[in-house]
Amino acid sequence: MRLKNKDLLGLEYLSKEEIELILKTAVPFKELFTRSIKKVPTLRGKTVVLLFYEPSTRTRISFELAAKRLSADTVNISASGSSVEKGESLIDTGKTLEAMKADFVVIRHSMSGASHVLARNINPSVINAGDGSHEHPTQGLLDIFTINEKKGTVKGLKVVIIGDIAHSRVARSNIWGLTKLGAEVVVCGPSTLIPRDIEKTGAKVCYNLDFALKNADVVNVLRIQLERQKTKRLPSLREYNLLFGMTKEKLKLAKPDVIIMHPGPMNRGIEITSNVADGAQSVIDEQVTNGIAVRMAVLYLLAGGKSSPES
Amino acid sequence: MDILIKNGRVIDPVNKIDRVTGVLISEDRIVKIGNLSEVKTSGEKPKIIDAKNKVVIPGIIDIHTHLREPGHEEEETIATGTRSAAVGGVTSIFCMPNTHPVIDNQTAVEFILLKAKNEGIVNVFPVGAITKGLSGEDLTEIGELKKAGVVSISDDGNPVMDALVMRRALEYAKMFDLSVIAHCEDKNLSEDGVMNESYTSTLLGLRGIPNESEDVMVARDIILSALTGGHLHIAHVSTKGSVELIRQAKRNKIPVSCEACPHHFTLTDEMVKTYDTNTKVNPPLRTEEDVREIIKGLQDGTIDCIASDHAPHTEEEKNKEYDLAPFGIVGLETLLPLTITYLVKTKKLSLMAAITKLTSNPKKIFKLDSGTLTPGSKADITIIDINVERVIKDFVSKSKNSPFLGKKLQGFAVMTIVNGKIIMDNGKILSD
Repeated sequence: MRLKNKDLLGLEYLSKEEIELILKTAVPFKELFTRSIKKVPTLRGKTVVLLFYEPSTRTRISFELAAKRLSADTVNISASGSSVEKGESLIDTGKTLEAMKADFVVIRHSMSGASHVLARNINPSVINAGDGSHEHPTQGLLDIFTINEKKGTVKGLKVVIIGDIAHSRVARSNIWGLTKLGAEVVVCGPSTLIPRDIEKTGAKVCYNLDFALKNADVVNVLRIQLERQKTKRLPSLREYNLLFGMTKEKLKLAKPDVIIMHPGPMNRGIEITSNVADGAQSVIDEQVTNGIAVRMAVLYLLAGGKSSPES
Repeated sequence: MDILIKNGRVIDPVNKIDRVTGVLISEDRIVKIGNLSEVKTSGEKPKIIDAKNKVVIPGIIDIHTHLREPGHEEEETIATGTRSAAVGGVTSIFCMPNTHPVIDNQTAVEFILLKAKNEGIVNVFPVGAITKGLSGEDLTEIGELKKAGVVSISDDGNPVMDALVMRRALEYAKMFDLSVIAHCEDKNLSEDGVMNESYTSTLLGLRGIPNESEDVMVARDIILSALTGGHLHIAHVSTKGSVELIRQAKRNKIPVSCEACPHHFTLTDEMVKTYDTNTKVNPPLRTEEDVREIIKGLQDGTIDCIASDHAPHTEEEKNKEYDLAPFGIVGLETLLPLTITYLVKTKKLSLMAAITKLTSNPKKIFKLDSGTLTPGSKADITIIDINVERVIKDFVSKSKNSPFLGKKLQGFAVMTIVNGKIIMDNGKILSD
C-alpha cells in the first residue's frame, strides 16, 4: 500500500488505512534510534527544504533530523533573512525551490490553507508542518503514535484535549486522526475558544474540566497561545489557570493510568504545572522522540515507499 | 438609423407585456411596441433584426458594480467594465464610490461621467459616498453630489458603523429624494473574518464572519429608516435573518428595498474548502439554509433586485493565501446566465419576475429613465437566448476572478442596444 497524494496537507484528507500505514511504517524507524548508527540510505540524493514562516524549535529540528536520518539533504529557510523579507510571495518562493529541484517542501505558515496554496502551485511534495489554525498533521500522527505505543490501541479510548481549540491546528489534526481510528474525543476549554459546530467532527464538547477528565485515558494539554489573546476571548490568564490549568489534583480525576501529552512549547504554570509536565504519567519527551520516527515514515512514504522499509 | 426588432418574445414588466411582437427604435428612443406593418418609419428603411426564438427585454440595469477607476485601473477601467457589461447584456450600471480617490465630491463624479461618456459604452450611473473618504464620520455634500449626477449614496465596502451618522445620512438624503444604499455589516462582529462562520470555517481554521454581523446592521438600519422616513436600499443580502427582517419591515411599510447577488443564491461556503480565493467575497458565501431563504425572498418579492456586485481583482492579488487575498468576484458577464440557469430554468422564478428584478425594479427604486420599453423612453434593449448553453471560460472584464469559471450556464445575451445603438452582437463589441 502507498499514500494516495503527493502531499500531506492534513489528516482530514487521509483515510484510516493511510494513517495506519504511516503509524506502522514509523515503528522500525523508531527502532533505528536505539542503534549506534541512526541513519539509513533510503532517501539519499533527495532534497528536503524546510520553509518556516513562523518560529519553531521542535517541528523544524524534528523534520531536519528525520530527513537526515534518511540520508536526504536538507536546507532551512526562515522568513527572516530570506527574500520573504523583500516581499516575495509564497508562490514565488515555492517556484524558486521547485526550480532548484527540491523533492520535498516542508512548510510552516501562520495562515490557514497556506500549504494548499503551495501544493497547488508546485510539483515537489508539500508537507504541512502547521498552517495557521488549520492542521498540523505530523503532530497529530506523532500524538496518535505515542498513544498507540503506550496503550496498544487508540480505539475506544477517551482522549481529552484541553485549551484553545479555536486556534489550534494540533486539535484539528488530533480530532481527525483519533476519530477515524475510533477514539472518543472530548474537547475542553473556555466557551469563547471552542469553535462553532466542532461537535460535527464527532468530538464532544465540555466546558468543565473536572467532568471532562472523568475516565480519561489520555489528556492532551494545548499551549494557551498568548499571542492570540489580544482578541479578548479570555478575561485573564489567571482565571484560565484556575478553570483549565492541569494540576496534580485534577489529574486524579482521570483514570489511574492516564497519560499526559503536550505539543509544546509549554507555558508552565498556566496550562500545566511542572509536577504534571515532568511527572510519571507525562509522555511529553517521548512525543518528541516519536515525532522524528513519524516524520521519517511520512517522508519515506511520500517518496513512493511501500509499507515496512526493512523488507 | 431606425431599428426594427421582429418576431421576438417581448417582455416589458412596466407595461405587463409578454408576447411575440415587434419593437421599433428611432434614433435613441423606443417608438412603438406592437404589430409594425402599419408603422411609418422615417423615410429610409429600418435595419431589421430577426429575434425569432429570442427574448427582447428592457436593457438590464446592474445597480451594484465596481469599475475601479480611478485608482485601480489594473483591475478594471470604465472602458473595460462597460464592455464587460455590454457582453453580459447590461445596458446601465451603478458604480460604487470606493475608488481611489473616493467618489465623495462633485469633481470626482464629473470625472466618472466624463470618462464614461468618452470611453464607456453603456450608461454609467455613479453612486456617491455617504461620508467623506468612506470614513463613516462626516457626511459628504450630498446635495452637490446629486447635482453632479449621482443616483444614490453608499459607503459600500464599509458599513456606516456610527448609528447617528447613518441617521443623519438617511434624514439628509431624503431632502434630495435619494436612496441610501447600505453595506450592512457590524465590523466588530466580523472580527477580521475571511469567510462565513460555520462548521466549514471551523474545519478550515479560517476566521468566520457570522450571519449576525449582517443581521444586526440590517435591523439597525431598518429601525433608522423607520425613524427618519429615509429610503434605505440594502445591498447584497446574504443571510436568512436579513431576508426575514426585510420582509417584516416591508409589511410594516418602512421604506426599504434590497438586492441579492447571484453567488448568494447559487453557492455555499462549502466551496471554500479548497481555499480557492475566487470564493472569497464579502458578504461571504453562506449556507444552504441561507440560499433557500434568499430564493424564497426573491419569490415573495422581499428581494427587489438582482445585482452582480462585480468586484474585479487581478490574478496577482487573488492567487495567494486566503487571508491575504482581497474580497470580491466579477459578475457582470454571469449576472444574466446565473439568473436564468438557477432561477428561471429551475422554475423558482418566472422569466417575467426575473426580468422585473433586473430592469423595472431598479428603475422604480432609483427613479431611472431606463428599464422599460414604453414608447418614448430611452432605447436600451437586451435580446437574450434563454436556451443557449455555454461553459464560462473567460471574461471581457480585465479581471477573471470568478468561482463560476468552468461552469456550464444557460441563457445569454445575444444583442445589447444602448441609446438606440447596437453595441454588442453575438458576443462581439461593435463600437470598437
